[in-house]
Amino acid sequence: MSRSPCTAALVGNPNAGKSALFNALTGARQKIANYPGVTVERKAGRMLLPNGEPVELVDLPGSYGLHATTSPDEEVTRRVVMGEQDGQNRPDVLVIVLDSSNLEQHLVFAQEVLELGRPTVVALNMVDLAERDGLVLDAAALSTALGVPVIPTVAVRRRGLPELAAAVSAARDAVIEHPIARPHVTLPERRMLAHEMAHTAILSETAKHRIHARMDELLLHPWLGPPILFALLFVVFQAVFSWATPFADAIDAAFTGLGDWVRAEVPASLARDLLTDGVISGVGSVVVFLPQILILFFFILTMEATGYMARAAFLMDRLMAGVGLSGRSFIPLLSSFACAVPGIMSTRSITDPKDRLTTILIAPLMTCSARLPVYAVIIAAFIPNRQVLPGIGLQGLVLFALYVAGVVGAMVVALILRRSVTKGAASGFIMELPKYQLPTVKDLALGLFQRAWIFLRRAGTMIFTVTVALWVLLNFPRAEAGQDQVNASIAGHIANGLAVVVEPIGFNRDISLALIPAMAAREVAVSSLATTYAVGNADEAQQGVALGDQLKARWSLATALAFLAWFVFAPQCMSTIAVTRRETNGWKWPGFMLAYLFGLAYVFAGLTYWTAVALGLG
Amino acid sequence: MQLLRRCGSAKGVTLDQLPLGASARIAAVDWTLLVPEEAQRLRALGIDEGARVKLAYRGVFFGRDPLAVEIGRMTVALRRAHARAMTVEQQEA
Repeated sequence: MSRSPCTAALVGNPNAGKSALFNALTGARQKIANYPGVTVERKAGRMLLPNGEPVELVDLPGSYGLHATTSPDEEVTRRVVMGEQDGQNRPDVLVIVLDSSNLEQHLVFAQEVLELGRPTVVALNMVDLAERDGLVLDAAALSTALGVPVIPTVAVRRRGLPELAAAVSAARDAVIEHPIARPHVTLPERRMLAHEMAHTAILSETAKHRIHARMDELLLHPWLGPPILFALLFVVFQAVFSWATPFADAIDAAFTGLGDWVRAEVPASLARDLLTDGVISGVGSVVVFLPQILILFFFILTMEATGYMARAAFLMDRLMAGVGLSGRSFIPLLSSFACAVPGIMSTRSITDPKDRLTTILIAPLMTCSARLPVYAVIIAAFIPNRQVLPGIGLQGLVLFALYVAGVVGAMVVALILRRSVTKGAASGFIMELPKYQLPTVKDLALGLFQRAWIFLRRAGTMIFTVTVALWVLLNFPRAEAGQDQVNASIAGHIANGLAVVVEPIGFNRDISLALIPAMAAREVAVSSLATTYAVGNADEAQQGVALGDQLKARWSLATALAFLAWFVFAPQCMSTIAVTRRETNGWKWPGFMLAYLFGLAYVFAGLTYWTAVALGLG
Repeated sequence: MQLLRRCGSAKGVTLDQLPLGASARIAAVDWTLLVPEEAQRLRALGIDEGARVKLAYRGVFFGRDPLAVEIGRMTVALRRAHARAMTVEQQEA
């Protein structure tokens, strides 16, 4: 047996606490990628054995069985365990993760894995929650029954981790005496054995999970559940807008200060302008939204970690069924509020292909965090900051309305798609509702850090490149004396052409100019406007004027509202198109998505503009 | 919708007809009423002939769909259409 490199894999049912255990064992040293050829996420990290030797630990997707796989995720788990997956060595040691308070269920899958006769260790995870539920477990008895070491663990409290690492080390070194010792049994037999083993392992059992039942009685209550869900979502959007302000102001001040400092220290030149007007104002105007994005992700990650997300799916299932989808689509769609890319990727948990395609196609209608910068700037500039009701600001209300517009649009589109291009049998909804859990600060922090890093990397690479490219397009060829630089530039000419198309819906030339680079990423629209107005200002005194005030002076309210309506629908994000192509294996569906979204955006921006003008807001 | 459910009474009470909070044993499952993948998923979750279940929660909107069923220490959400395929014997909790 080769001693290195050694690979261990975590396997288990969904909701066994695998990810928390994986985080605890590997810390922040994680690599997240896709398995080649399939769209299933591969999470790997480095775990240290007691002797200091590193082991590659792979966190496999949750699965209910190895032989009857019903989703791409379960298929990958099966292939990795069997050593058939491309890009992954057959794991040397399998670590079966069991939820201590759900032994009878989880032991069914565990037996299937044990039948393979491979070096295996069992992590009896979340023993603290089982104890809270009144269960006293005998790990030794379970170990005897299963014939492999059983280590009680509490991933979030780091309990049992050294013991688990030692057991992995021992399992790897042990010589397997009878590799094909276990007979293959049928599912009912396995279930009976699981029942017996659970019975042996449970020393005492008092009243069942009162806390979960109490929580569900409230949160799944027919009349209280939905209002609680909507109130929660409303709080999230208010928080995104108001909590972030001081942090955003601080970041803004820092970038403005940096720009001023460069302007004062460096002699005037085209290169200095590139640095201040292009790089600093462009990147700064995007980074300023980091606090809002973190707050949004904080809520989404918390809802996932606590187990509330599945309840939200339960509550929403009937409404989703009304448009031909299921509660399962609710989670990818809710994630799409953060970003459509992970949202579209998480549609892989939807088993029905038509259902999944529909969800992918409507995911971009969920207002993603990249649209927040655009909304935030326009709302702050054009919507008065006053209270409608105590605690409810008009600005937050408009933001909420924009989100609702996206959701309603998505529902209508889904209804139409399910009756036309994605016609098929109605899909079902079968889903485990996991136990409620307090999220751990560490797991939340790690998740937030990964999101912040992705966002900043985008700001640092793509957004940086795009703003610089735009600055070049705006500054060349140089205007002759007395001529406006923006008009003379290459970008000005492109925008003039585009403006003919978007003029009927109230868009001016500056907006046409911003729409071009916004194809790369929506939030670039803001930095583009910032760059355009910074370049367009021959007047030095105007340089420091905030983007919001600039917009207010140049746009009518009708134009601003039409711009907002455009962004509710417009598919302006290369990453979304790319991920859709990957997930649907071709250009057909991303092409369809582009066409229908642009159509909707044009029509709704137009309707908004014409209505606003008719009401005298033009 | 309500009238259609009468067909269930000929072969006994189905899971979707249980009163909220009632416990029952699944006596028979008409697998032909279920899509194969869904049947497989239900079985993987332990919802099969002989399983003891409790109808814990019902959805809110029209038809009180979906249902949440307690099986062992686990809660599983499923649609009424699935529950209709399962004939149950009600038991004292």
